[in-house]
Amino acid sequence: MSEAGTIHAEEHHDYFGAKLGMWLFLLTEVLLFSGLFIAYSYMRARYPVDFHHAGSELNAVIGVANTFVLLTSSLTMALAIVAIQRGERARSLLCLGITMFLGLVNKAVEWTAEIRHGMYPGSPHLAAQPPGEQVFFGLYFTMTGLHGVHVVAGLGVLAVMTALVARGRIDRDRFILLENSGLYWHLVDVIWIFLLPLFYLAA
Amino acid sequence: MSAGHAASYLDDSGPRKGILGWVTSTDHKRIGILYLYSTLTFFAVGAGIGIVMRLVQLAPFHHLVTAQTYNALFTFHGVLMIFLFVIPGLPPVFGNFMLPLLIGARDVAFPRLNLYSWYFFIAGALIALLSLVTGGGPADTGWTFYVPFSLRTGTNVTMAVFGAFILGFSSMLTGINFITTIHRMRAPGMTWLRMPLFPWALYATGWIQILATPILAITLVLVMLERIVGIGIFDPAKGGDPLLYQHLFWIYSHPAVYIMIIPAMGAVTEILPTFARRTIFGYKAIAFSSVAIAAVGSLVWAHHMFTSGMSPFANMLFSLLTMVVAVPSAIKVFNWTATLYKGSIDFQPPLLYALTFIFLFSIGGLTGVMQGALAVNVHVHDTYFIVGHFHYVMFGGTGMGFFAALLYWFPKMFGRMYSKRAAYVAWFPIFIGFNMLYFSMLVLGLQGMPRRYYNHLPMFDTGHEVATVGSWILVLGLIIFFANLVVARFRGAKAGPNPWGGVTLEWATASPPPVENFEVIPTITEEAYTFHPESGT
Amino acid sequence: MSEPLMEPEAHAHPGYAVFFIVWAVLLVLTTVLVLLSRVGQDAAVWGLMLITPLKAALVFYFFMHLRYEGLLLKAVVTVALGTLLIFFALLFSDVAFH
Repeated sequence: MSEAGTIHAEEHHDYFGAKLGMWLFLLTEVLLFSGLFIAYSYMRARYPVDFHHAGSELNAVIGVANTFVLLTSSLTMALAIVAIQRGERARSLLCLGITMFLGLVNKAVEWTAEIRHGMYPGSPHLAAQPPGEQVFFGLYFTMTGLHGVHVVAGLGVLAVMTALVARGRIDRDRFILLENSGLYWHLVDVIWIFLLPLFYLAA
Repeated sequence: MSAGHAASYLDDSGPRKGILGWVTSTDHKRIGILYLYSTLTFFAVGAGIGIVMRLVQLAPFHHLVTAQTYNALFTFHGVLMIFLFVIPGLPPVFGNFMLPLLIGARDVAFPRLNLYSWYFFIAGALIALLSLVTGGGPADTGWTFYVPFSLRTGTNVTMAVFGAFILGFSSMLTGINFITTIHRMRAPGMTWLRMPLFPWALYATGWIQILATPILAITLVLVMLERIVGIGIFDPAKGGDPLLYQHLFWIYSHPAVYIMIIPAMGAVTEILPTFARRTIFGYKAIAFSSVAIAAVGSLVWAHHMFTSGMSPFANMLFSLLTMVVAVPSAIKVFNWTATLYKGSIDFQPPLLYALTFIFLFSIGGLTGVMQGALAVNVHVHDTYFIVGHFHYVMFGGTGMGFFAALLYWFPKMFGRMYSKRAAYVAWFPIFIGFNMLYFSMLVLGLQGMPRRYYNHLPMFDTGHEVATVGSWILVLGLIIFFANLVVARFRGAKAGPNPWGGVTLEWATASPPPVENFEVIPTITEEAYTFHPESGT
Repeated sequence: MSEPLMEPEAHAHPGYAVFFIVWAVLLVLTTVLVLLSRVGQDAAVWGLMLITPLKAALVFYFFMHLRYEGLLLKAVVTVALGTLLIFFALLFSDVAFH
């Protein structure tokens, strides 16, 4: 099966190739968010005072708490992979479960403070703010919203992975799917690492 | 079973037959053909729109369409040609078909993802076409969707932009696939420096697809959000900045033109050694210049914005970088010329079209250098000079490269040979019509004719008349060109494995290739393009 | 770089402990970041520019296994991030001088 002349395409498992492909995909995600980071830095240079003021209206406590939640979910994700590499299926499933739970918490909590204050895209309260603040909130909802979409997608992927681990389709010999899912989840965490100071701690 | 007769990829071999077998196939060769037919269909539609646009500039036909319709026409001419033909042209068609063959592999790294790339392509195309007949009607902003007009116009910009967004996934997935394939699936003994140059070009292109496309994706998302939800990043009325849009848009769209041209250069680089019967001159220079073009080409985007209100410092910096990016392209031209010099020339249709590429692309490239000079740019920006320039590089360049690649690889892909005489006959109207059409535009632009204008001052009449007649001659040539190929597809003489005497791996297998590409994966011991005159190759 | 397709375990897999340690460091760095932002605007910006990339680097290096990967993946990530930095730098050639 491993002779170069007789490999059939559908049978070949290229562990490193799958990982390389996943990393390349992650780079597209990095560049996707970068467009927004570029927009943020451009606008921040243009409206330094408004950005400072608008940032102070966000609830930093929620932002920081969400950061701790996501960092911990990254930990449990990494632990889930270590567990499967050692054949510890139950522990892996537990870690996956905690990861997903933390991800849900992160999403459930996020925009509650802003919406309670009447700050959401298209709201009359927002429209009454100075232009720089409107831009700030526009970027805030877009960037955290896009991040949220990725968290939700990640939760879906993790749910599938949990099922595969439970059924033994992912095990200590074939875990590239779980590893790639972990890479995705960690990237989502990295994005948030940047979002936190830009929006919640700018004040 | 008779020894050695494997079914070709054209025959049904999977569980599904007929059309269903084609549109669900993960065979890179079938996917390449799917892209071929779909991209050429969109090319034909886009060309048809171009014919109408030219017609409107002639006095008797001025009122063929309204001004509003004219705006929609040039928008869709651009969207179709750029997003549905030139960008997805060479890499998914010839890259898909030839890359595994050229590196001695049985398929790409991710065959299923490859099929999904095509699905994304079709989905994006359908959405873009749907935008023509839904909402407020076809977008009238130009393919560049500049704000604030694209935010305010009542036409269906949102859906058109969404179509382009979906198409981006096709491009990104293709890039991921090709880069992984090149890293992981080269035949034993094929080091990087023994790899043919078309894969090198696809590698450089893949990086641009991966790094630049997502920025367009997010920019289009922002436009959609702004139109739907009112988030004001670009709209000056809400504190937004149109210049930011231009930066974000061109950070992708400039490198995109290198997605268009680098594979065409790669195809030409495959063609020339075969018909000069000698190895390519300056293999490393050509390989690395592809990468250099991709790298430097990602840094020049703001040369589309010299007159938009950037700082003088930025203007000068981007002008300088624009001059620099011309260098690796020029290096290729010198190497191609040197390859032909003292070669044993076998004059065939692919060579003719490849030489035409070099000639027309050089004109386009030189006009690009002209535009890169700030003072000149002030005069020619948004005139027909720009239109002439980009048609020379995109059509005379990538388009001609596509035709040359098609002529070169047609016998391999379909196992049949076309009429060489018809290919030569088609060339004359194509070449003459092309230059009448686009050289006139260069002149018109210098005289001051603005682009995207529904009508023009009488002083520009002659230029427009020459251009329009040129468009008819060009289209006549294209019809002959494609009719030749269509007839050959079904009734052409059968072609053997190596009708041109090429020495790269695709010629070592049957025409058309079997599903598994090679019976035995070869082991590579020589540089690419090594000819052995003593043994008859 | 024609590596064998059936990959033997070429690199070490880190154990549980490494991840707990990195996680703790990340929490500490986040706390530092928050405290800096309380100090003032300038301190907050310095924190953003220095600590945040450090946190991201820790996630890339440890959680995402880059430390244990070969040169190719490291190069791929570096090229992409480097390109991004150049985009920012060139953009600011315009923005900084408006």
